[in-house]
Amino acid sequence: MTSVTNGPMRRHPDRVINVGIREQLMLGVAGGLALAGLRPIVHSYAPFVVERPFEMLKLDIGHQDAGAILASVGASYDSAASGRTHEAPEDVALVASLPGWSVYVPGHPDEAEQLLRASATTDERAYLRLAEQANAVPRSVERGHMIIERRGRVATVITVGPLLDPVLEATADLDVTVLYATTARPFDRDALRAARSPRVVLVEPYLAGTSSSEIAEALVDTPHRLLALGVPNVEHRRYGTWRDHNAVHGLDAAGIRARILPFLDAA
Amino acid sequence: MTATLPALGYADLGWLMDLQLGDDKHAASATSTLDVIWVLYDRILRIDPRRIDDPDRDRFLLSKGHGPMAYYAVLAAKGFIDIAALRTFGLYESPLGHHPDRNLVPGIEISSGSLGHGLGIGVGMALGLRARRSPARVFCLVGDAELEEGSNHEAIAFAGRAGLDRLACVVVDNRSSSLGWPGGIASRFAIESWSTATVDGRDHDGLEAALATRHEDRPHAVIAVVEPKA
Repeated sequence: MTSVTNGPMRRHPDRVINVGIREQLMLGVAGGLALAGLRPIVHSYAPFVVERPFEMLKLDIGHQDAGAILASVGASYDSAASGRTHEAPEDVALVASLPGWSVYVPGHPDEAEQLLRASATTDERAYLRLAEQANAVPRSVERGHMIIERRGRVATVITVGPLLDPVLEATADLDVTVLYATTARPFDRDALRAARSPRVVLVEPYLAGTSSSEIAEALVDTPHRLLALGVPNVEHRRYGTWRDHNAVHGLDAAGIRARILPFLDAA
Repeated sequence: MTATLPALGYADLGWLMDLQLGDDKHAASATSTLDVIWVLYDRILRIDPRRIDDPDRDRFLLSKGHGPMAYYAVLAAKGFIDIAALRTFGLYESPLGHHPDRNLVPGIEISSGSLGHGLGIGVGMALGLRARRSPARVFCLVGDAELEEGSNHEAIAFAGRAGLDRLACVVVDNRSSSLGWPGGIASRFAIESWSTATVDGRDHDGLEAALATRHEDRPHAVIAVVEPKA
C-alpha cells in the first residue's frame, strides 16, 4: 500500500491520506471529508474496511447521510494462507444490512475500473469488492444492471463477479439462462423477473445465501425454488489458496455443476 | 431557522432547557457542557443561522451526543432552531431527539450519540477544509469518559502528526471516566504534539481565551474542568 501511494501522496499531499493502522479513524475521516465537500475513497483489506470499523460505516457514513466509496481487496479467502483473520466472506452481507449502500463485485480488473469511475461521479455510498480471481474476458458493465449471458428454459442461474467463468463452464450444455451481476446491491430484481423461471440458482463468491432474500422478494408472487451456492458459514481452519477453497466449497466449475444437476432433476 | 434572530442570552438557557425537560428550575450548572457550548456559539464560532450551508463556516461537533439539552438550548437562543420545537424533545415527530441528528436539524453538523465518533469525523473535516484551503475551524466536544473509547486515541495521534491546525478538541472533564486519566488528560494530547490549555469549564472569559487560541502547525486541546459528576 505504502509503496503504491508514495507517488500520489507526494503529488497530492492533501488528498492522498495514510492514517496508519487506524481503521476506525479511516472511516471517520472518510465521513468528515465527505461532510467537508470531498469524495472520499477508502481502501484496505476487506476485514479491516468492513468488519473492524463496522459501526463507523453505520454512523460516520450512513447515519450522517454522507457518501464514500470503500474499495477492498482480499475478497473472501484471497488471503487464504493468512487464515481466518484475513478472510471476510461476510463482507457483502454486512454492508448490505445497512441502508443505502451500493455493492459492486467486478469480475475483471477492467470492470472494477468501469464501476469505480461511474460511482466516483456520484455521491453514493458504495462498497467495491476486488478479488484476485477474474474472468477471462471483461464485460461492459453498468451500475445496477445484470447482463444476460445466455438464454435457456429450464432454470435461471445468477452469478456474481469472478464466478461467471466457472458457472458458464458448469452449465455449458444445460438449457439455462445465465445472468451475470456485478452489482450485488441494489439487486437487479427486474432482470430476474424478466427471466420468468420457477427454478433459480444463485452462485455468489461470498457468504452463501447473501442475496436469497432479494430473490424471495423479487419473486414474491411467483412459485419458485431456489438453490443458493456460496461460501459456507463455517470456521474452516485451512490455509492454502483461493483455488483450494473454491474446490472444497464446491465453487469451481465441477462443484457448481455437481450441485446444479440434481436441483434441475428434482420435480 | 428563524427570520429574525432571537435576542436571548446566557440567562435564558435555564428556561430553554426546562422547555425540553418538562420541569423547571434547571440551573445551568446542571449540565456539564452548557458553558463551553455557550461560549463557543456566543464568542468563538464564525457561523450564522441564515447561512448554515456556508462552506467556510466554523463547525461545532458534539461528539458526546448524550444529554443534548444544553446544545439545543444554545441553538434555540442563537436562532438555529425554533424555540417551540424544544417542547417536543424526544417525541416521535420531533427533530430533537435524545441524541442529535444532522439530517433532522439544519445547523447541527453531525449526528452523534455513540461515543468516540466525533473526533475522527472532525479529523476528516479538518483534512477536507485544509484541502479546500478553507479558513474554517472544527471544534469537537468530547467528555472525559468518552475518551475511554480507543477511536479517540487513533484520532489524537493522527491529528497531531498531521499538524491539523484547524482542529480543536474540547474535553469537558467532570471526572466521570471509569478508571481516570493518570498524568492528566492534557498530557494525552500534548505527547501527540497538540497545544493544550486546562481551564475552568464555568469561566467564560477563561474558556474564550483558551478556545480562541490557534497555533499554525498543530491542533489544540482545551480541557474544561467542571464539577465532578454527581
